[in-house]
Amino acid sequence: MITFTIDGFEVEGEKGQNVLQVALDNGFDIPHLCYHEALKPYGACRLCQVEVTKGGRTRLTTSCNYPVLEGISVQTNTEKTTRARKMVIELLLARCPGVPIIKDLAKEYSVGEPRFKVDNDDCILCGLCERVCREVVGVDAITFLGRGSDRKVGPPLEINPKTCIACGACVYICPTNCIKLEETESERTIVRWERTLPMKKCKACGRSFAPWFQLEYFGKITDGIPADFWDKCVDCR
Amino acid sequence: MKRINNPQELEKVREEILGSRDPDKPCITICSGTGCHAFGCEKVTESFRAELRKQALEERIYIRTTGCHGFCEKGPLVVINPQKIFYQRVTPEDTGEIIAETLLKNNIIERLLYTHPQTGEKIVKEENVPFYKGQMRIIFGNNGKIDPTKIEDYIAIGGYKALSKVLRELSPPEIIDIIKNSGLRGRGGGGFPAGVKWESCRNAPGDKHYVICNADEGDPGAYMDRSLLEGNPHSVLEGMMIGAYAIGSDEGYIYVRNEYPLAVRNVGIAIDQLRECGLLGENILDTGFNFDIKVNRGGGAFVCGESTALMASLEGQAGEPRAKHIHTVESGLWEEPTNLNNVETWANVPLIINEGVDWYTDIGTENSKGTKIFSLVGKVNNTGLVEVPMGITIREIVYDIGGGIPGDGKFKAIQTGGPSGGCIPESLIDIQVDFDKLTEVGSMMGSGGMIVMDDKTCMVDTAKYFLNFLKDESCGKCTTCRDGTRRMYELVDAITRGEGKEGDIELLEELSWVVSEASLCALGQTAPNPVLSTIRYFTDEYEAHIKDKRCPAGVCKDLITYSIDEEKCTACGKCKKVCPSDAITGEKKVPHIIDTEKCIRCGACITECKFDAIEVA
Ligand SMILES: Cc1cc2nc3c(=O)[nH]c(=O)nc-3n(C[C@H](O)[C@H](O)[C@H](O)COP(=O)(O)O)c2cc1C
Ligand code: SF4
Ligand code: SF4
Ligand code: FES
Repeated sequence: MITFTIDGFEVEGEKGQNVLQVALDNGFDIPHLCYHEALKPYGACRLCQVEVTKGGRTRLTTSCNYPVLEGISVQTNTEKTTRARKMVIELLLARCPGVPIIKDLAKEYSVGEPRFKVDNDDCILCGLCERVCREVVGVDAITFLGRGSDRKVGPPLEINPKTCIACGACVYICPTNCIKLEETESERTIVRWERTLPMKKCKACGRSFAPWFQLEYFGKITDGIPADFWDKCVDCR
Repeated sequence: MKRINNPQELEKVREEILGSRDPDKPCITICSGTGCHAFGCEKVTESFRAELRKQALEERIYIRTTGCHGFCEKGPLVVINPQKIFYQRVTPEDTGEIIAETLLKNNIIERLLYTHPQTGEKIVKEENVPFYKGQMRIIFGNNGKIDPTKIEDYIAIGGYKALSKVLRELSPPEIIDIIKNSGLRGRGGGGFPAGVKWESCRNAPGDKHYVICNADEGDPGAYMDRSLLEGNPHSVLEGMMIGAYAIGSDEGYIYVRNEYPLAVRNVGIAIDQLRECGLLGENILDTGFNFDIKVNRGGGAFVCGESTALMASLEGQAGEPRAKHIHTVESGLWEEPTNLNNVETWANVPLIINEGVDWYTDIGTENSKGTKIFSLVGKVNNTGLVEVPMGITIREIVYDIGGGIPGDGKFKAIQTGGPSGGCIPESLIDIQVDFDKLTEVGSMMGSGGMIVMDDKTCMVDTAKYFLNFLKDESCGKCTTCRDGTRRMYELVDAITRGEGKEGDIELLEELSWVVSEASLCALGQTAPNPVLSTIRYFTDEYEAHIKDKRCPAGVCKDLITYSIDEEKCTACGKCKKVCPSDAITGEKKVPHIIDTEKCIRCGACITECKFDAIEVA
């Protein structure tokens, strides 16, 4: 166990954990947008700023990718963390003025109208979709494209990623809700990636329940499960 | 090259090479660096060869094609040795005469000599040319002495002596102590003490340790690392080998920009030669030291020069920085301890071993030892690569080596440190250039770019130029760097267009603080420098743009008007002819007039007018 303090309270973490996780587990509130406990920390949104004192030196840093270390002291709410977070929120608000999670943060941190030219984007480039697809689903269907202000996230060839199984993990994880899933009896579409897959009907109840391609993928990556397992929907299995 | 099995054989080979060469035999040295290539040095070399063949002089006169000598703007450069006669702007037509007159009769050809821009004096010897005179070329100078594709040339000037010495006489910790005591700091930008880095890497636990040479050099206008790799690859390789031995590594990489084909080629040739003679591979010089080096070509993004992005790229992943809370010396390439140094840093290593700590620490300032190679460009008479001792003043670089500001221009500022460096004003021209001083005044050493600016340069426009580069080269991962630099660009751009508002300077400062404090890698952390340093030293200029809608330097197109001085205008009509938008009217003998509505402020008339009659306000 590694012992350190957050805002003066003693907390414990394990080797390999990061400061943000331990803080959240202990009920401290640190705003964050690109972190998810099931995924590797990425450090892109720059919102989870804290001040860490280590060996007598204090510096501002992101907490999601800061490893827990014995004896450090973490401050989650200082003049500097607020100054940095407010500007991050203002930058994100100028980029995505219509996104509820950003608007809520702006209200919480008393960030008014952005002082910059306002765009109308809906993606904050947090990379959660890209990581969940690669690290959890394992199909690596989407990626970051371009750099600087041209950066965006999407299929390598801009549309219709051939490995995407339309599982909807990215839809679920996206903090701005900008990846939409549409479904009919016969097809499922991940709108943002322009990926449409035909649906399979349950052998038992006849309801269409998942894309064929997705079930084939699950069949391939799982061992010891009879092939007809994937022929029925969750309710009929 | 035959196999060199042990230190004794290395010395024997050196003696054989030196014995087979007559130091007094005339040698035509032709600079074949990238700059001289652009001026056609290949044709000059061919022509020399053909002449020597024709006159049956091949046995009596050597020809040596070398790497960059630094004074690229005067290329193709030719130096006649042993007298060191310096000829510039040599063409294939000159070669016959050079052989007949200079080499055979010892006559100087006046026309090809360098003329002192102020005194008009003709200068014969390379070392007396002011551009070289103020320099201290302990790293870069060897470029002019060797053919980079011949390992024999490098061995002849003492090459691999340092390697042989450390392998025979010194333990790894002893080598690390030498490098620590030498005060060598990384030349790639950060100025981190090299010996300390080596030590941490050596002490870090891991199955394997890697050493890497950073030759990504992506700053616009900088080409010192490239020129070193092109002109003296063995010095860099020898440094890496010494480092690898000290750190306990058996595998090295050179990450070199793909756009540097000559560097890729020459370093590849050098590695092949080393493998052939057994200086790379297993049991080097019979000391049990194993080491090999691979060359990896980088894709060309500026950010790939950043240490963690470089390592990601080497691993075949996207070249994006990651947080360095765990240092690369502990977990770098493939999560193993990795020591990354810059090309120039590595090239300093053999020199320190050969000449000793005392000799090395005599050069430079208290906390910055040795020399630094700068790429001197902009509004200065002599441009090129200059190697100077740390602690030299900006004035010495600009006036003594650079020969001052061309025409009637006045020195205004010098931008150092590459795109995320800062602008240093005239009031600080006498500061001593070293790592700490440059940081103290709001700029940085960076990789060694130096752009001289005269009074016709607008500092707001300058900040905009660098911001534009940085916003495009940001990898785009961090909100603060990606959107922050873009917003800074937008604000500064608006100011140059006369749309600046009260409070913009404060907003820029506020944003700068966050971009530098809250971004992940050093690109974002240093990106505000161009803006902050110009605000710090040239606030008036920002205010003139914002409040008076005026560009004092007469650069920002939206804020200037052109007019013709009636007194000076002779009605020659030249301006009228060049104006691309037909904005100038006027009859013979009557002073001409510019229609400011039509004028696009391109400046064509200014260049054309012989009477200085066009005014910009
Ligand atoms: C955006 C960016 C670009 C960089 N580019 C280079 C480069 O082209 N060459 C280089 O040697 N170092 C570059 N660096 C610095 C490296 O990250 C690293 O500090 C250096 O290579 C370490 O070597 P040194 O200690 O010998 O200087 C860059 C850093 C940043 C942030
Ligand atoms: S689409 Fe959503 S999850 Fe993906 S990077 Fe953008 S905001 Fe994040
Ligand atoms: S600071 Fe800029 S370049 Fe560096 S990781 Fe962040 S976005 Fe990329
Ligand atoms: S949550 Fe830490 S940088 Fe985004």
